[in-house]
Amino acid sequence: MFGLTLLAVFVLGGALYVSARNKALSLAGGHPQSLHSRPNYHGLLAFLMSVVAGIAVLVVVWTVWGAFIERQFVAHILDAQPELSPIEVELVLSDARALAEGGIASRTDALREQIAGEIGGQTALHHYGTMVLSLLATIAVGLWCLRSAHIGWRARNRSETIILRLLALMAVIAVATTAGIVLSLIFETLNFFSKIDWQVHKFIFGTTWSPLSGVHDGKLDADKVGAIPLFAGTLLITVIAMLVATPIGLFAAIYLSDFASARTRSWAKPMLEILAGIPTVVYGFFAAITLAPFLRNSGEAIGLSIASESALAAGIVMGIMIFPFVSSLSDDVINAVPQSLRDGSYGLGATKAETIRQVVLPAALPGIVSAVLLGISRAVGETMIVVMAAGQGANLTANPLEAVTTVTVQIVMLITGDTEASTAAGPAFTLGFTLFCVTLLMNVVAQRIVRKYRELYD
Amino acid sequence: MVDMTELTGMHSGETAAKRTARRRAAEFRLKLYGIIAIFLAGAALVALLWSVVGKAVGALTETYLTLPVTIEAAEVDPDATGNPNIIRRGDFTGLTKDMLKATFPSAKGRTVRRQLYDLTSSGAAFELADRVAANPSLVGETIDHRFLASDVTDLYLKGDFGDLLEKATEGNITLQADGDAYLVTSTAGDFSAALERVKEGLVLQADAVRRQAALQDNGVREFTRRAEAAETDEEREKNTKLAEQRATKRDSLLAEADDLEARAAADGGDEALSDENRSVLIKVADGWLKMTRITPTGGVAEPIIPMARDVTASNLWGLYVTDLPENARKVSDNQIVWIETLKDRGQVDLVFNTRFFTAGDSREPELAGILGAAVGSFWTMVVTFALAFPIGVAAAIYLEEFAPKNKITDFIEVNINNLAAVPSIVFGLLGLSLFLGVFGVPRSAPIAGGLVLALMTLPTIIIASRAAIRAVPPSIRDAAVGLGASPLQASVHHVLPLAMPGILTGTIIGMAQALGETAPLIMIGMVAFIVDIPQGIRDSASVLPVQVFRWSDFPERAFEARTAAAICVLLLFLVVMNAIAVFLRKRFERRW
Repeated sequence: MFGLTLLAVFVLGGALYVSARNKALSLAGGHPQSLHSRPNYHGLLAFLMSVVAGIAVLVVVWTVWGAFIERQFVAHILDAQPELSPIEVELVLSDARALAEGGIASRTDALREQIAGEIGGQTALHHYGTMVLSLLATIAVGLWCLRSAHIGWRARNRSETIILRLLALMAVIAVATTAGIVLSLIFETLNFFSKIDWQVHKFIFGTTWSPLSGVHDGKLDADKVGAIPLFAGTLLITVIAMLVATPIGLFAAIYLSDFASARTRSWAKPMLEILAGIPTVVYGFFAAITLAPFLRNSGEAIGLSIASESALAAGIVMGIMIFPFVSSLSDDVINAVPQSLRDGSYGLGATKAETIRQVVLPAALPGIVSAVLLGISRAVGETMIVVMAAGQGANLTANPLEAVTTVTVQIVMLITGDTEASTAAGPAFTLGFTLFCVTLLMNVVAQRIVRKYRELYD
Repeated sequence: MVDMTELTGMHSGETAAKRTARRRAAEFRLKLYGIIAIFLAGAALVALLWSVVGKAVGALTETYLTLPVTIEAAEVDPDATGNPNIIRRGDFTGLTKDMLKATFPSAKGRTVRRQLYDLTSSGAAFELADRVAANPSLVGETIDHRFLASDVTDLYLKGDFGDLLEKATEGNITLQADGDAYLVTSTAGDFSAALERVKEGLVLQADAVRRQAALQDNGVREFTRRAEAAETDEEREKNTKLAEQRATKRDSLLAEADDLEARAAADGGDEALSDENRSVLIKVADGWLKMTRITPTGGVAEPIIPMARDVTASNLWGLYVTDLPENARKVSDNQIVWIETLKDRGQVDLVFNTRFFTAGDSREPELAGILGAAVGSFWTMVVTFALAFPIGVAAAIYLEEFAPKNKITDFIEVNINNLAAVPSIVFGLLGLSLFLGVFGVPRSAPIAGGLVLALMTLPTIIIASRAAIRAVPPSIRDAAVGLGASPLQASVHHVLPLAMPGILTGTIIGMAQALGETAPLIMIGMVAFIVDIPQGIRDSASVLPVQVFRWSDFPERAFEARTAAAICVLLLFLVVMNAIAVFLRKRFERRW
């Protein structure tokens, strides 16, 4: 219904575009040059104003009316059965909706059927009412445009102002996304903390992670939500990944920027880009099906017992995934060091290696550090490799041959698990919020480092 | 003043030569490290592609068994209605089972029967039903139908459970009936080769047992350590006991391994064959026998498929040994014999697996296809593009051409850069709570996935579009404005078309990223099991990378090849998208 109304608004807008254009042409009376704005702009203005008005009315009325109906029903249900908890009220409501639409409800009783009957009527009224109101708004604004048009009507300037505002709105959407992320995460996080009686320190410093095992009366056992094993596991895998990614990425970048011939670069760079473009789920498959069994068998051959979901396998593959990223960022900053610095160093008799170590790298260091930081932030937030190749049980260990779990693995397990969404969402969103804060911090620090220590050569 | 002769002295002589050599070595080392790094990158890429493509080959073909089946009118259409809907509800699974029983009447007993029914796929009966429903005149007829083979049959024929090795035979075989079994002897020492294979198997088995013993030994050490470190008597006692248990287990395993090795090393020998040994099979007179006891000259064998006629001696016979013991493979000896028999009769054929590209998801590996996931990916990408492209380009135009340089613009800019680095799973959480929770977008639907991926792709598109717009020289804008265009007209009519190749390139790269994204879609429930091919953006759907994730989790071995094949399809799409991006960049990008 929403989509249909949207479509109708656009069709109406199109019709208004044509009539406003014709109106302008008839106003000009065969002398289009006498108009302030070209007829197309008259049409465009009518289209923009009417469509914007129609959509605005549609969105506002749809949501407000919908929320109003919802509250009415909740009040109604509570009147009939005041002892119900909010979750049960929601269940009754969703069952009634299902009944009204001819779907399958979890239970059928008198209350549900009664509400279902009301919902049918109310919803139809809601849908058609919104549609009529929004179409009326479209037509009214369009007609106002048509009526106010005259020879000197500044249609172009007006429509350009609207377009500019729309463009700005689009730019704001990016900010709105961040705000949406922060708000939705914070909301559930606070919810979660209230369920453990605000013992936040037990979440940050506790060492037992088993959040769903101590649920009763909507409260969680604060002693079982200690996230240290997850942080430690994430850290362990990240460290392994960066031990792989940093040297390979850095040496590859140095080689490609200062040693390699143009021919080597022409195949090596695309190769790194291919590695960077492979989806993480493919890396996860590789880690789980190829590398982990290989590591376990080689470990067995030399008498080491390596878990088949070892941190080592996940870390190595994650390192392979991240090093093209580190390499291309480092490559950029190494290339940005001016040639004159290198020439000066060569002129003093330094070899290429000495120039790189003593001149180029110090100059590029802030950029390289920020590249490594961004690499770490990717490793911390990486999900699929660890979901497929790392362990699931919280295990506090520093041994890379054992299975450890990470923050992202736990989020996936909680959200996709069988537990009721309202219970599992708390810990999952809190972990997500922690993840968001840590990666954000690392990005900000990385940008700061570049900005603060950047050498300006020109 | 520095004396020049002194300087010359510093740059010649032995110390100087050593220093130069050291400096050259340092240079060489750095270069070598770089080459090693590039080499490792190449090796990783090759290993990755090799393991994926190598595994995907198995999914390229599927196996059919062509068998005669009688469409009993009583079973499918007792009232002779000829109505396809009634026929489709007939008991075709039963017909298929009857057909298999008729083909191998010697299969008796529940376990053996179940193995027999497992030769064909459970989906084969439905295909037979469809065929008969489409052509009701087949009711009552006996037709040759191509039954889709089960994953076990398919994998055996592709050699996934090891090969069936034929041993050369020189002598004649004599068979002497002994109850149900036969005493088998060969006039030459034909069985010694087979016995050697069995003994090789014993050595492998001994190795496996020794590895288990090593694990037990680790346990002994760990529990002893814990017992020593224990603080209470109770704990110490418990750990000591556990250590003792482990030690007993270890010793018995070691003894078993010793015994196995001794048997393998001994001359001649007389091995009783169980499902832990490599199986030895004899084929004679269209029948198959399985050996339960073997010596260099003969042994005891039990029939799996009875011989066509009573044979007491024959010079036309075959001796076969499997690669793996029966308990180490999913295909039983009975199944191997049945499949080999069908193969000899020419009733088995491997054809190109079109089903994989035309079917939706399934729990049965041989029936599973990727079309559902591919179509789901398509709809998701449509939504992502429809949202992210216009919004991204509009935001880029505004930020690059119109935004005043102030704190707010700075904030938006920093925000977009940070958004590009937010972990994808967090976008999934946003989609879960905002789109699904607040706006009531249908779960698992491409519209939900598209919304989340659009938000994720937005920063990429904005950043790329801004770079492309910035690359258009100001003279273009100046010329447009000089001719009387408004700033907006200059941007939309002149700058944007020139920046379009760059914008499109960035968009395609962003879409390629979105196509490979998995984690946020798992968050919004696209990981559900969906058989139907989605018809629109509101239907439940899966997408390619999520399909890969799901299949890689399934225990059936045949899914491994399908997972790898799905990855190949995904990579193919990505390669095509990136190739288009490169083409656009090469063909249309202008340097000013």
